[in-house]
Amino acid sequence: MTDSVLAQAFVYLCAAVVFVPIAKRLGLGAVLGYLIAGVVIGPWVLGLVGDSHHSVMHFSEFGVVMMLFVVGLELRPALLWELRRSIFGLGTAQVVGCAAAVAGAAIALGVDWQPAIAVGLTFAMSSTAIVLSTLSERGLLKSSGGQGSFSVLLFQDISVIPILAVFPLLGVAVASETEGGRPAWQSALLLIGAVVGVVVIGRYLVRPLFQFLAGAKLRESFTAAALLIVVGIALLMQTAGLSPALGTFLAGVLLADSEYRHELETDIEPFKGLLLGLFFITVGAQLDFGLIGSMPLTIAGMVLGTMVLKLAVIRLLGKIFGLDRPARWLLAFALAQIGEFAFVLLQFGVGNHVFSDAFAKPLIAVVAISMVLTPPLFIVLERWVLPIVSERGAKREQDVIKHADAPVVIAGYGRFGQIVGRILRASGFPLTILDLDPGVIEMLSNLGVKAYYGDASRIDLLHAAGCEHAKLFILAVDDPDEATKIAEHVRHNFPHLPIIARCRNRPHYWQLRKLGIEHVFRETFAASWESGICALRVLGYRAFTAQRLGQRWRQHEESIIEEFRRYEEEDDDATYWEKARAAMGEAERLMRQEHPTRLEEDGWDNESLRADQNVDAAAAEQQTS
Amino acid sequence: MRRVLVLFAHPVLERSRVNRRLVDGIRDIEGVTIRDLYEEYPTLSIDVKREQADLLAHDVIVFQHPFYWYSCPALLKEWQDLVLEHGWAYGKGGTQLRGKITLNVITTGGPATAYQRGGYNRFTIRELLSPWDQTAHLCGMRFLAPFAVHAALKVVSDADVTGNLGGYRQLLEALRDDRIDLDAAAAAQNLALELDRVLAPREVA
Repeated sequence: MTDSVLAQAFVYLCAAVVFVPIAKRLGLGAVLGYLIAGVVIGPWVLGLVGDSHHSVMHFSEFGVVMMLFVVGLELRPALLWELRRSIFGLGTAQVVGCAAAVAGAAIALGVDWQPAIAVGLTFAMSSTAIVLSTLSERGLLKSSGGQGSFSVLLFQDISVIPILAVFPLLGVAVASETEGGRPAWQSALLLIGAVVGVVVIGRYLVRPLFQFLAGAKLRESFTAAALLIVVGIALLMQTAGLSPALGTFLAGVLLADSEYRHELETDIEPFKGLLLGLFFITVGAQLDFGLIGSMPLTIAGMVLGTMVLKLAVIRLLGKIFGLDRPARWLLAFALAQIGEFAFVLLQFGVGNHVFSDAFAKPLIAVVAISMVLTPPLFIVLERWVLPIVSERGAKREQDVIKHADAPVVIAGYGRFGQIVGRILRASGFPLTILDLDPGVIEMLSNLGVKAYYGDASRIDLLHAAGCEHAKLFILAVDDPDEATKIAEHVRHNFPHLPIIARCRNRPHYWQLRKLGIEHVFRETFAASWESGICALRVLGYRAFTAQRLGQRWRQHEESIIEEFRRYEEEDDDATYWEKARAAMGEAERLMRQEHPTRLEEDGWDNESLRADQNVDAAAAEQQTS
Repeated sequence: MRRVLVLFAHPVLERSRVNRRLVDGIRDIEGVTIRDLYEEYPTLSIDVKREQADLLAHDVIVFQHPFYWYSCPALLKEWQDLVLEHGWAYGKGGTQLRGKITLNVITTGGPATAYQRGGYNRFTIRELLSPWDQTAHLCGMRFLAPFAVHAALKVVSDADVTGNLGGYRQLLEALRDDRIDLDAAAAAQNLALELDRVLAPREVA
């Protein structure tokens, strides 16, 4: 009954729709949600995705294939050059270091050196899919630890090619005679040949094809062509007995510097998220609970051992490569799992007689479990590890504020705080500036402005900043939770001190207002509001009319958000939405009324005067034309 | 040739009957600069230096506006307060506007008859404009009689302003080309009604 494609798709989509939002709500992240969904619909819980692992593997393979194409697309030469040091330095060190550590441990446990090296190389890989998704989901991709992770993952993706070439050579020793298959050198040659083939196709066939399609100006055909390339290369590689994932990755890289890259990225982007989700679900579904149940301690030991080993090696490398403490920990936690390439490599290893199928089976479970553990690991990192290592780091560098007596304290001197601060400085008000970004502190010191590196949510720092005697506290930090925390501290410890606060959105606005802060400003409101007025001008309204319409709307909006605070605080959902609809109608009515030709209620109106003219000339001289 | 600057102020031009047609009708006259103040300064924040530079670059300053409450719209008052600076326009060293010619081009809702003794507005237009007269005097400018269009509320179509628009154009061109009897224009009551009298006859051989 679950055999048809539609039924399968239905099951997968259902699982995604049910579990991902739940996981997000619980703060576990979308990736873990997909993984749980996979476990639940997998053969060991509900068994909804068919009994055969084969179909699941099939799906999984396609997810990886698509994902690697997109990763390849982003690997354009400029980016590669920019990250060359971390990609090839840190990347090489990570692969070699982790492979050596794992292989060493395997040899110590009595495994032959050839399979030990193969397993080491396999387990050195991390999961590009899980790590990149989790990092971007948590907004860590741009941090130095996130960038490091990205570089290492890129290098791993590249290093798979030589690793695949090495595997057949390792296989010879185990199976002294290659039975039926090709000799090792032939496989290696075939691999190189296929890669060259992909390069030739990418260079000489894809471009003319795309040029032709661009001339036809058909959007869908672009998307179709992109998919065609992926599927075609996957097919080619499969025929040659190689990894389709690797082939499409290569294709992606080849197209990364083509003039159609952005076009392709936009076309593929919608597929990417969905396919990645599919991939995570299949990883979850792949967990073989029967096998795990039969040897729980061995597998648990291998998972734990591998991850601890990788964590230790990567953290050490992070230190050697000069990352700061939080970045080192982020890098280590992010890359500690074993990646999806391992599935490919393990199968490849079996195929090349590096090790036996029985040897590889538990390893596949180890890989899957380590991937499932990654999102929880990130939660551990964020909740417990980063606060400790950042705290320690911060404590060392936290500036000592000597006798700050400026009348204005600004917490957060980014895009928002700087504007406020510059206006105040230009007006001659001395400021005490607190910020947690060393870059901001440095930039300000270059401008000759003294700013303090420090966490404004710490009460001792607020005291040191002179909040006791300050006349105004400006709360301009970016992070809403952080802002609320600081606001609470300031309200509690310095109740006399007026606060002007930046807020993220309406709920945050209400939160801060509830704390008794009178002046709360939504961070993008003023700019959006001005854009709205500008839009009316561009659409042909008189400047002053557009200005008045904007003012009228703003007054309305500001009264509405205050009114809604009540419903929000009473937590009255039904009233809230009913009122929201009413407010929208009211705004529209108001604007139409303010329409330049239909104004009813202001002093410039002369319609009533016109009527009055016929009666008598006793009217006031509010005369216009 | 004199350069003419029309400082135009109307907060709701969309609903204007006369001013809109008058200002649109003079845009093509060579040598006349129109400065639409409400369009330039919708937030009422005036660029004083720029306005002063504009005044220096012209010889005739025309204030065109509806006659709100016997005066001008708020922005034009703000303009006067800020641009006509002490030490620049008047007072010690304030000689920058000396010798320039100025007048008001205004529109009123009431009929001409309302602006007289016994009329419901009790004063003549010239009397009501005496603050402008004195402002011009203090700045050393030559104050001419206004070009006043009365009963503006009765206007419904272009045809209703054709006559006044023609007069306005004639006046601006005459000011530009120095074909106007300035003494007569300064002594007149309403240039819209007395145009023929003040315009200098064309070269008589």
